[in-house]
Amino acid sequence: MDIQLKINDIPLTVPAGMSILDAARTINIDIPTLCYLNLHEMRLNNHIASCRVCVVEVEGRRNLAPACSTPVFDGMVVKTDTQRAVLGRRTMVELLLSDHPKSCLTCPKNLDCDLQALAADLGVRNITYEGEESEFAIDKSSLAIIRDPNKCIRCRRCETMCNDVQTVGVYSAVGRGFETVVKTAFDLPLHDTSCTFCGQCVAVCPTGALMELDQVDKVWKALNDPTRYVVVETAPAVRVALGEGFGLEPGTIVTGKMVAALRRLGFDRVFDTEFGADVTIMEEATELIHRIEHGGRLPILTSCCPAWVKFFEHQFPDLLDIPSTCKSPHQMLGVLSKSYYAETYGIDPQKITVVSIMPCIAKKYEAARPELGQDPVTPDVDIVITTRELSRMLREAGIHFDHLKEEDFDHPLGESTGAAVVFGTTGGVIEAALRTAYEWLTGKPLENVEFEPLRGMDGIKEAVIPIGKRDFRIAVTHGLGNARTILEKIQSGESHYDAIEIMACPGGCIGGGGQPYHHGNLEILEARANAIYQEDRSKPLRKSHENPAVLKLYRDYIGEPYGEKAHRLLHTSFTKRPKI
Amino acid sequence: MCNNPLLKDPYQQLDDYIDSIPYKKENLILILHRAQEIFGYLPDKVQWHIAQKLDLPSAKIYGVVSFYSFFTMKPRGKHVANVCMGTACFVRGSEKLQKEVESQLGIKTGQTTEDQLFSLDSVRCIGACGLAPVMTVDGKVHGRLETTADIKQALAKYRPEGTPEEAKGSNSNI
Amino acid sequence: MKLKDTGELNELKGQSLALLKNRRISSPLTTLEALGKPRHIMVCGGTGCHASDSPEIAALLKEELNQRGLSDQVEVLQTGCFGFCEKGPILEIHPDNIMYVQVSTTDVADIVEEHFIQGKQVERLLYVDPSSEQRLASDFPFYHSQLRIALRNCSYIAPEDIREYIAADGYQALAKVLFNMSPASVIEEIKKSGLRGRGGGGFPTGVKWELTGQGEATQRYIICNADEGDPGAFMDRSILEGDPHSVLEAMLIAGSAIGATHGFIYIRAEYPLAIHRLEISINQAREYGLLGEKILGSDFSFDVDIKYGAGAFVCGEETALIHSIEGARGEPSVKPPFPAQEGLWGKPTCVNNVETFANIPPIILRGSDWFAGIGTEKSKGTKVFALAGKVNNVGLVEVPMGTTLRQIIFDIGGGIKNHKSFKAAQTGGPSGGCIPTKYLDTPIDYESLISIGSMMGSGGLIVMDDSDCMVNIAKFFLEFTVDESCGRCTACRVGTKRLHEILTKITEGKGTLDDLDSLEQLSKIIKDTSLCGLGQSAPNPILSTIEYFKDEYLAHIVDKSCPAGVCKSLVKYKITDKCKGCTLCTKHCPANCISGSVKEPHVIDEERCLKCGVCMEKCRFGAIVHH
Repeated sequence: MDIQLKINDIPLTVPAGMSILDAARTINIDIPTLCYLNLHEMRLNNHIASCRVCVVEVEGRRNLAPACSTPVFDGMVVKTDTQRAVLGRRTMVELLLSDHPKSCLTCPKNLDCDLQALAADLGVRNITYEGEESEFAIDKSSLAIIRDPNKCIRCRRCETMCNDVQTVGVYSAVGRGFETVVKTAFDLPLHDTSCTFCGQCVAVCPTGALMELDQVDKVWKALNDPTRYVVVETAPAVRVALGEGFGLEPGTIVTGKMVAALRRLGFDRVFDTEFGADVTIMEEATELIHRIEHGGRLPILTSCCPAWVKFFEHQFPDLLDIPSTCKSPHQMLGVLSKSYYAETYGIDPQKITVVSIMPCIAKKYEAARPELGQDPVTPDVDIVITTRELSRMLREAGIHFDHLKEEDFDHPLGESTGAAVVFGTTGGVIEAALRTAYEWLTGKPLENVEFEPLRGMDGIKEAVIPIGKRDFRIAVTHGLGNARTILEKIQSGESHYDAIEIMACPGGCIGGGGQPYHHGNLEILEARANAIYQEDRSKPLRKSHENPAVLKLYRDYIGEPYGEKAHRLLHTSFTKRPKI
Repeated sequence: MCNNPLLKDPYQQLDDYIDSIPYKKENLILILHRAQEIFGYLPDKVQWHIAQKLDLPSAKIYGVVSFYSFFTMKPRGKHVANVCMGTACFVRGSEKLQKEVESQLGIKTGQTTEDQLFSLDSVRCIGACGLAPVMTVDGKVHGRLETTADIKQALAKYRPEGTPEEAKGSNSNI
Repeated sequence: MKLKDTGELNELKGQSLALLKNRRISSPLTTLEALGKPRHIMVCGGTGCHASDSPEIAALLKEELNQRGLSDQVEVLQTGCFGFCEKGPILEIHPDNIMYVQVSTTDVADIVEEHFIQGKQVERLLYVDPSSEQRLASDFPFYHSQLRIALRNCSYIAPEDIREYIAADGYQALAKVLFNMSPASVIEEIKKSGLRGRGGGGFPTGVKWELTGQGEATQRYIICNADEGDPGAFMDRSILEGDPHSVLEAMLIAGSAIGATHGFIYIRAEYPLAIHRLEISINQAREYGLLGEKILGSDFSFDVDIKYGAGAFVCGEETALIHSIEGARGEPSVKPPFPAQEGLWGKPTCVNNVETFANIPPIILRGSDWFAGIGTEKSKGTKVFALAGKVNNVGLVEVPMGTTLRQIIFDIGGGIKNHKSFKAAQTGGPSGGCIPTKYLDTPIDYESLISIGSMMGSGGLIVMDDSDCMVNIAKFFLEFTVDESCGRCTACRVGTKRLHEILTKITEGKGTLDDLDSLEQLSKIIKDTSLCGLGQSAPNPILSTIEYFKDEYLAHIVDKSCPAGVCKSLVKYKITDKCKGCTLCTKHCPANCISGSVKEPHVIDEERCLKCGVCMEKCRFGAIVHH
């Protein structure tokens, strides 16, 4: 049913139940918001109306109404720009600033901060009501996320994300009144909680209260150390998002420019995580076939996503035997750099520094997991920086990114297929695995490599794929809340699958916690996904087992997929962890 | 199995209680009340235990416990004194009463004496406005506490016999 | 035994009437033999009297009567609040119609001996009317202007015996609703009565019921809001302690009208006695089949559970209360959706306050016209006030809407304590304002209180005299709000904190005229932008005191003085020429800042003075003053 109302004297007709905010947007009137965040596709709708920044005047109403959560009604008369509304709004921002550090210039969120932008837009020139400021310890415990509650504006987006979307439940508002702040259980350091480091809280934090651990300086240090042989690898999702940091349209593919930029920064070799992805498929497809042939436990669950791995270690310790034991492509590329590549080219692995550029914050934590290395002093990957950190590093180096000439990855760990590219978006890993498993199981070439039912942004996707005589029951899910739903169905025996792909971040790696901020615009994720599929289509080879460099690796170095050496280098184990 | 609830492991007592109620997550606050009765306070460990038992995130439990002033995460003294800070008591001098109790106990509101004998807190109106200003100790109301001696006398009932504080104080108005 | 139908209810009522037959009938005090048996001693079991040992008094009375062989002729019963808390503990003897006040455990033997054996009243325990200086056995001026509807059974029946409630027409309204009225006509009756929410907001109760009953729903809930958090209000507690069944009956009526089968009573954990009495009542009601399946043989089933608060004032706000029942932090949420649409566990929910419910059975039994005939044009019926502060008769009073403050404070309340002069009355607790002398004759109802910058609130009425500093009172309420703010919205979380800081600055003598402007401006913005009622009304104590007592703010800011002598930083102590030089003050001064020789006037060094006031207390000649 449609209703009629007036906003700033402009008559309009909108569906009943729509918020004032959305109604105003239909006629291009913008009402500023701060706590409000509606990521419908992710099932995140933070409209708790706590910041009071979106207040507007509604005729006949005693007080101002929050536009984000007040539904329109027939005959409503709204004014968004009266002095009363503007003053109320500005005062809210002033009050927030009165309890907020004024160190914007040195804040990592400088120029990317919603609060800062609001203060500028609303013309805040002084803070009228100054007073006591909260003082909290900064939590630097984790290897991935820095939590500075002093910058928290209590919008509770992180809490909604962590509890409602990811169902990890690490955060809660704690305390009451002025002391209220979002904290972990018992104020534990993040490192000691069940946090998966997926970084989705960072992705939605409007201020600098939640940030990734910045490791750019460590990269500079390695690059400037003449004794180090510094190798870099880049994940598939980075090349479709990095351009956004330089004003390019979301979904612009910048692979070649990125490679060129990394060379300019001084990396000795520029490798591609996608090589690792192709190797992952060799291993994982073999593992799947092995489980089927030897009566192993099904379904097999993908294990590329470190946040997902940590999630099941805490939340489903009874299911530790079903995920694939494969290391993630990122770790595989790291270990191969320090073994196969080092041995092939006669470089001391101790002198190699592996830097990875990831869309992901959890990769920082993953790289530091003690079991992910050949020995305690040889971690597979040394330093992980996010897409955001790389774009800052390039600006720091004064590189005019969009003017760079495209270049190619280095051989041999830079070779990849289209199957590896699609790892970057939800459904991609299982699609890549099917492309290989199909051919191995049937011995026939797969004509149509695109598995449509596995693509798209639905939270849980299911398909039955006939391969030979067997129907493969496949599920794809992204977002940890969806993963929980599926795992609970497995636990209860309600659902039976053969293979499930799980990614912690909504959208998969393209929506990773380390990507350029989407600021609530999920069309950006779609553009990145489309770019991923475009890149896949442009590749001459689209099946991992056809990657010649990978085949050479197995022939010359690893031997059999899922064999002894493969186990030693490319597989890992999981640990039971408490739920806190 | 021991039938005396006092001798039962407190965690077992709590679990038995939780098992006995029909809706669990919905009754979180009730469960926290019971837990505080059993343990005297709600330390992290107890909250974590409840989180595991109810399959709720610990952060949620902590968020709830830290919201309600009735719940305490610090061990309380043997006796809990609450000065009423309701309006009726306030206009009849509860601020002075609070200061005097603080000085007699040697602690601030919200704290516990070193000997763990008293904890001091404030409450908002217990409905004994006719007796203002009032203080409760272990739920028992002491009204019309207008002199230092009144307060000494009220507190003395909870001190072990023969402690020096029991000595008669001056009868000055507070 | 389960009551199967109204016939059985009426039969039980008939049997139970004997319990009440001797109560509140005037008869001359004669000897025991002449009176019907048994006689009843009603001992006040309200919180105030309870705190002053009324249970011990009751126990001792029983023991003494037992020893004197009178226990089968005189029964001792605990009843609910008499309202006259100032003179507690109170007991009333029926049918003698004699009230004894300020009874202590040591009076018990005399009461039994003189009253029951010798047959004469114990003169010294009678109330002395301050104006006439006469001793009164009953009919105190305190009760003259009162009309007890919500409190009708408090101090009349023994709340722990359901038969007494039934004898006093209890559950008759329920029977009427179940068998003689349709749900729509019940709602219509409540709407016509003009009853409005007694918890503070004043929303029409019938309309709320109607809204909750609308639309399709698989379940609906009734919630009784007994989270009385207003510091200085205790009427809900007294009703639950004195007449718990009236609330249960009203919840049943609401349930049947709305189509709910389950109710919750959300009560503060700080109210153990009320919880205890409620538990007894619920068990009794279940035992008699007045809660449970197919009540009184009708098709209506309903049950009630108690839910405990845990110390959060904001949980008096209905959405916060609902979240608290659900086991979450008691943070309010945005309305709409209103609880009537989406409440407890997403189901339509009707939240009413205790006093509101207590009015329901009489309205059903006596009709909406009767109720609507009481009160003012827009505010019908009566209101219970918790009268406290600097007034002679602290207590619980119930008066028709439209009674003036003067009647309540001076006629019922007996005027200002210690012959001081009235300065202001604070209503509405932390959400209300301070009403000055010029409005003493305003007939009070929901609208009039709002128009003079205060509000009804739950009915706390605190009287202040000239020794109260209005800036400090505003600060007291803001301290409360800052403490009790849930912390969710910016306006209340940060805004009230800033208000409190400015007030603190002013009371410390550091305030400027700009601060006064900021205070007013920010107050208005917080009212305009806060998420819930707590924040929206939190600035009222400031705005009303600035409006009516601006001179006091200016004294603090411009003259750096506190006229009431309350704000320590602004108080200056001075020794006048009345000083005899006794040196007592110098001995007690903790700062050693008083100097002077024996028999010479002394002087205070203001720089070093801690303003503790000990010197003034100690001075035997009244020579030390503060200004």
